[in-house]
Amino acid sequence: MPGLCRSDPNNEGAAAPGPSSSERRTFNSTARLRTDSVKKSRPLFPWFGMDIGGTLVKLVYFEPKDITAEEEQEEVENLKSIRRYLTLNTAYGKTGIRDVHLELKDLTLCGRTGNLHFIRFPTQDLPVFLQMGRDKHFSSLHTTLCATGGGPTSLKLHKLDELECLIRGVLYIDSVMPRECYYFENPTDPDHCVERPYPLENPYPMLLVNIGSGVSILAVYSENNYKRVTGTSLGGGTFLGLCCLLTGCSSFEDALEMASEGESTRVDKLVRDIYGGDYERFGLPGWAVASSFGNMMSKEKRETVSKADLARATLVTITNNIGSITRMCALNENIERVVFVGNFLRVNTLSMKLLAYAMDYWSKGQLKALFLRHEGYFGAVGALLELLHSS
Amino acid sequence: MAECVGVDSSTSAHTMDKSIILPPDEIFRNLENAKRFAIDIGGSLTKLAYYSTVQHKVAKVRSFDHTAKEAHSDKLYEISVQEEVTARLHFIKFENTYIETCLDFIKDHLVNTETKVIKATGGGAHKFKDLIEKKLGLKVDKEDEMTCLIKGCNFVLRNIPHEAFVYTKHADSEFRFQTTHPDIFPYLLVNIGSGVSIVKRFDELLQLASKGQHTSVDMLVKDIYGGSYGSLGLTGDLIASSFGKSATADKEFPKEDMAKSLLHMISNDIGQLACLYAKLHNLSRVYFGGFFIRGHPVTMHTITYSINYFTKGEVQALFLRHEGYLGAIGAFLKGAEEDNPNQYRWVENYAGSSGLMSVSPDMNPMQRARSGTFDMLEMDRLERQLVKLPLLQDPSSYIPDTVDLTEDALAREYWLFCFEDALDGVVQRAVASQPDLPEAPERAEKFRQKYRHKLQTLRHQPFAYGSLTVRSLLDTREHCLNEFNFPDPYSKIKQRENDLALKYYLKAVKALEKLEWEDRQLALVSGVLAGNVFDWGAKAVSDVLESDPEFGFEEAKRQLEERPWLVDCYDQWFERLKGPPHRCALFFVDNSGVDIILGVIPFVRELLSRGTEVVLASNSGPALNDVTNGELQILTERIAAMDPVIQSGLRDERLMLVQSGSSSPCLDLSRLDKVLATLVRERKTDLVIIEGMGRAIHTNYYAMLSCESLKMAVIKNSWLADRLGGKLFSVVFKYEVPAGKPSQDCSASIPL
Repeated sequence: MPGLCRSDPNNEGAAAPGPSSSERRTFNSTARLRTDSVKKSRPLFPWFGMDIGGTLVKLVYFEPKDITAEEEQEEVENLKSIRRYLTLNTAYGKTGIRDVHLELKDLTLCGRTGNLHFIRFPTQDLPVFLQMGRDKHFSSLHTTLCATGGGPTSLKLHKLDELECLIRGVLYIDSVMPRECYYFENPTDPDHCVERPYPLENPYPMLLVNIGSGVSILAVYSENNYKRVTGTSLGGGTFLGLCCLLTGCSSFEDALEMASEGESTRVDKLVRDIYGGDYERFGLPGWAVASSFGNMMSKEKRETVSKADLARATLVTITNNIGSITRMCALNENIERVVFVGNFLRVNTLSMKLLAYAMDYWSKGQLKALFLRHEGYFGAVGALLELLHSS
Repeated sequence: MAECVGVDSSTSAHTMDKSIILPPDEIFRNLENAKRFAIDIGGSLTKLAYYSTVQHKVAKVRSFDHTAKEAHSDKLYEISVQEEVTARLHFIKFENTYIETCLDFIKDHLVNTETKVIKATGGGAHKFKDLIEKKLGLKVDKEDEMTCLIKGCNFVLRNIPHEAFVYTKHADSEFRFQTTHPDIFPYLLVNIGSGVSIVKRFDELLQLASKGQHTSVDMLVKDIYGGSYGSLGLTGDLIASSFGKSATADKEFPKEDMAKSLLHMISNDIGQLACLYAKLHNLSRVYFGGFFIRGHPVTMHTITYSINYFTKGEVQALFLRHEGYLGAIGAFLKGAEEDNPNQYRWVENYAGSSGLMSVSPDMNPMQRARSGTFDMLEMDRLERQLVKLPLLQDPSSYIPDTVDLTEDALAREYWLFCFEDALDGVVQRAVASQPDLPEAPERAEKFRQKYRHKLQTLRHQPFAYGSLTVRSLLDTREHCLNEFNFPDPYSKIKQRENDLALKYYLKAVKALEKLEWEDRQLALVSGVLAGNVFDWGAKAVSDVLESDPEFGFEEAKRQLEERPWLVDCYDQWFERLKGPPHRCALFFVDNSGVDIILGVIPFVRELLSRGTEVVLASNSGPALNDVTNGELQILTERIAAMDPVIQSGLRDERLMLVQSGSSSPCLDLSRLDKVLATLVRERKTDLVIIEGMGRAIHTNYYAMLSCESLKMAVIKNSWLADRLGGKLFSVVFKYEVPAGKPSQDCSASIPL
């Protein structure tokens, strides 16, 4: 991708140098840069971008496929072994996973062609992974690890602003990946609710809702103009945390699986449980949740619910709450397009459909919920782009 | 949360305390006169509302027919105790556990057969419909819950002066009451109900939460970022992900910590949503109510914190003293529409209302015992419309009370002691006022217990009835006396004093007339002040009066402080008198006897002679030895018979008597009789005179008026005198001219 790398300051067509976040560059694909100048400013391999979240570390790795024989000879052994280790495996250690289905092939980045890999592992295993890197002598390489999100302060990382990385990552992936963005058609009709691609050509203004462990809600008016509207601590971490306490499960996948088998209406008190039907005066349908977990105050009902019901109710509670807050923000900011990202939505069609439903129903069709295939990786992609910018 | 729920199971062994602490007839009062029932049944609490008529003994004065030359000629007027019927609203809150017992009791005592329906609201109205219809034989008529809540909220905001408050955990006084804003709209009402079925468990969960540390369960910003997230202004201690740390299968978390985390999670979420709605609708006042709040300091704190965080102080989290009653009040009002309850003003009866109780974990045992049982609110209908004085400079910022005892711990301690100390005397006078009634001592004893209990409650919970003030302490005592049918304990004392003083009236007036104009002005002011020393309400004076009945007017003048007085604006007042006369003066009078007859009337006489019209405002009902409107009517008649100046004043309607609308020794200028307000406007009143400690010191000392004003009082309390840097019988003579008016202002003022 030309224009992505920080180039020679004298070179025309290049954006102003410096890491200043206020001076943003555009993804100008027409800018043609001479290869040698690109090469000069290009960072050395390996190219990583990392996003350290509260629960997961997201790592993107660019695997160059256009290595010349000359380069092959120059390439140190360690670098080769990294490449092989990461690309030949789909699981690393006990908990690292490569999301093969998300891999972007034949991507051109900074004049190099290659594949973009998406890897994640639990934040609590970060020390293990770092040790693994040390064992494989990665640290002898001249690597700048561009990272965003949190992470222990002891780690020597080139730290970047999380939200900037996120927005940048979203815009970049959407520009290179067709059908990245999609929505649900007929969200309020379960039988006809189908996924449809959504061309995010003119995305502004948009509300970007990042559901990780917690939730951040950003209003994005242009690539450079955005603000954090609000956030909530009731996010993916809350879902998993409560599920672990309530059901004894131990992973997000387990929790989701359980939720898919459960029935939240056994746990939640609905409007119809109180009013016998709809609460017409205020337009509340009977199926709406009046009190999340409201039935669990009764001992008898506690005895009849399953762990799956509890998991489902937790999922519905967290998702609906995010939906409520998002909808209010969209109204306050006067934005109709809502893009949901973050790893809470990974393999979580339940929540996506719920959000799509909630946005559509409560706004009477005014709000559109959009989703992106690379859900949780945009921060890490943004971090990688930053590396290529500022090397 | 499995462990969270486990809290319930561990406490389920607790047997519910089913004892009803008060006998039912003290809870469901006046049932024999009750009509128009309404009931609000929540998930755990039932609120019953009804209207009753209360028969009260009232002291009435009646002039003797002097033309008949009866033998009573040594007495000025006749005092008779009459029955008066007033309207009262009763609201009772109790746990659903007692509902059957309560319905049975009501059925047994219900006499009024006109009542055919009971208005019902709340989630439980459906569930208990059959039971209510069967037990009471009344048809249950359901009303919409939200509509009732809003109706109830409007009602309490309009009628109860210190209804709403902000909560600040670490302030000197946690509760800061809001003065009733003339315009209560718009507001956002957030009702955090729950359907929680057992009060105790919920409260215990909150207690558990208050002992916990949420940081062991929640993932904080610093857990992710190592510190704060500066560029977004997120501090390190902020919760990034609620329960984020509990996402592990192999770790146990203390119940307290999980409860605390849950509390934060729910409170923050509610606060955030409330803020988003407030912002969307551009509202700055948000009232929170519902089971979740119920006066719990823990939840009020977390909600307030959340609102402050999310709106950066732009939106105020407000709580209501009677939030639990809103639904019942609303349902009742729906049912009573034909009685036009909203046309009247209602006043909280301190004697019959429980007041706001804290259910904080460290509350004292007395309250703990009560929190699980019955709570009551009673409101009395005022027979006359109350409005604000048109001459208030800024009605929205007017606060009647000078010192807020909720905030001033030292003053609170003194006044609570003072009122308790004076209780014996009040009881004795109450008994003495009804020598013909053999059961009077028994009733007086009940009064003593009730008022003492109120004082004890206020010692622990000064905010129980809103801001604690000397006025509220005095009013509570009046309400308690009325409750036990001591409508006017001072009636006989007042009568004797009025008789005595009247004998000296002509002599006093003649003495004043002999003085040169200049000297007379000072003598008139001194006369009002000396008269004001005569006050049975003030302990220091009542001691002297009781021990030495000969303590006379002249003696009082000698007791007065020499000029310059503690606050002395006399020179400015004197200068003003050299100028054109005032058009009309409104005079709020104080005590009967020497005060009104030898002090106030001669002063008024001089005003009349100057060409100033005078409106004399006196209490509608009795309070201490204050002269009532009824008494003043008779007194002025008698004076008019002796004094042509007063006579022509009355005849030409240049001297007018009105009732203030109050039965308090203090004065709230925002709640005055409508007739008074109309008269003040019609006569273009340009001078307001407020006399006495209760009206000019305890209240209105800082009241700003849009016309000239005189505040006159003698400090008859040594503690207060000390505090003001004066001594017993120090004089406050404050003459104020509103800013912008061409006159010298007397800036002498003391901080109270």
